[in-house]
Amino acid sequence: MSVLSMTKTLFKNLFHGPYTVLYPIKEKEKFDRTRGKIEISIDDCIFCSMCQRRCPTGAITVEKAKATWSIEPFSCIQCGYCTEVCPKKCLHMNNQYTAPSNEKTRNEFVKCMNTQSPSE
Amino acid sequence: MGKRTVVPFGPQHPVLPEPIHLDLVLEDEMVVEAIPRIGYIHRGLEKLVEKKDFLQYTYVAERICGICSFMHGMGYCMTIESIMNVEIPERAKFLRTIWAELSRMHSHMLWLGLLADAFGFESLFMQSWKIREQILDIFEETTGGRVIFSVCDIGGVRKDISTETLTKIVGILNNIEKELKQISEVFLNDASVKSRTKGVGVLTKEQAYDLGAAGPMARASGVEIDMRCQGYAAYGKLDFKPIIEKAGDSYARTSVRIREIFQSIDLIRQCVNLIPEGEIKVKVTGNPSGEYFTRLEQPRGEVVYYAKANGSKFLDRLRVRTPTFANVPALLETLKGCALADVPILVLTIDPCISCTER
Repeated sequence: MSVLSMTKTLFKNLFHGPYTVLYPIKEKEKFDRTRGKIEISIDDCIFCSMCQRRCPTGAITVEKAKATWSIEPFSCIQCGYCTEVCPKKCLHMNNQYTAPSNEKTRNEFVKCMNTQSPSE
Repeated sequence: MGKRTVVPFGPQHPVLPEPIHLDLVLEDEMVVEAIPRIGYIHRGLEKLVEKKDFLQYTYVAERICGICSFMHGMGYCMTIESIMNVEIPERAKFLRTIWAELSRMHSHMLWLGLLADAFGFESLFMQSWKIREQILDIFEETTGGRVIFSVCDIGGVRKDISTETLTKIVGILNNIEKELKQISEVFLNDASVKSRTKGVGVLTKEQAYDLGAAGPMARASGVEIDMRCQGYAAYGKLDFKPIIEKAGDSYARTSVRIREIFQSIDLIRQCVNLIPEGEIKVKVTGNPSGEYFTRLEQPRGEVVYYAKANGSKFLDRLRVRTPTFANVPALLETLKGCALADVPILVLTIDPCISCTER
């Protein structure tokens, strides 16, 4: 039975720098797979509403008539289900988190519909 | 006989990570009886199967508990796969086993930290959680999340781990094993720690069996019960034996959990050596119809998943019997006759997870 079993660890820690990161000054590196937030390449979207139907929290709204795709980042649980079901693969997961905010916002993306033909 | 007093313990108490209430009936400093009360964080997740379809519910099932989230997702997926007669690819089974064992390691290390905190050994608490951090990093690198992984899906897993990453994980585990050996010495051999755990809260083998204790609580009392021995996922191909202790006291429960962390490291090494190449997911079509019971071993013990499906997108019923719920009667038995000062340690040694219990 020992009473000094922690001594070795304590001495090691005494001469070791901090194990934590000084957060606002230095940020921990994100991994490629880190699930931060959902982003859309709106130009590729065909407004099929598959993401809206499958989203477990109902964070996504798609309006085909207005050609808009919107997401409530604070309702999104970053499960990545929408990126999986998207037929055009225009949704993807970014590894940076949504910035904190005082109020719940809705991020809306509008697709630019150029109806003019090149000859006109 | 001294005068009897009732001391309320919880739902807010420094040692409790989650709310459970105990009415402790005391005679002087000794506990005569404990009356539990739960229901502080009921979220109605079982009822939610009526609102979320069976594919969406995979993400809800993971959120039943923050510590064994992967195993809840896995239990749910295994139940639905069994109803739908889906055989998942071999590689997916091994990946599930690797993530499940990493979850067990991080859960046990979290618990070791909480135990150290409960008997007032702050630096030991920090050391345990420092080691655990490396496992959370492995999770983030392989799945994208530190707590909720969203990788287990009906039909397999959603993300693969490359061979290089698997080799890297084994390297990290070798390092963890070294560090853990040092702090396990403190938990198992230090005089002051031993004085708080040895001989405290003894649960005999017969009591553990009669009260239906589960997981490390039962194994520390000598009951040889480990659901992994059924051979679900890839466990059938791995070489291991349930870890058993005879004493049934707090020290035995600590020892079982520490030895299980080393066992998990060994199981992951075996998985990395045996993992085959191939697909990680099969396509699942149609809706489930029928019912099924699944039993699997979580860090805290045996969890039972029951699902009844009617051929539509929405399940009729989902029931989860969690290990903490099974361990509460055993806890009440160990509390009888203990000193008031030992109550926090005893409550912690069942590794209570109230979120699981109430869902």
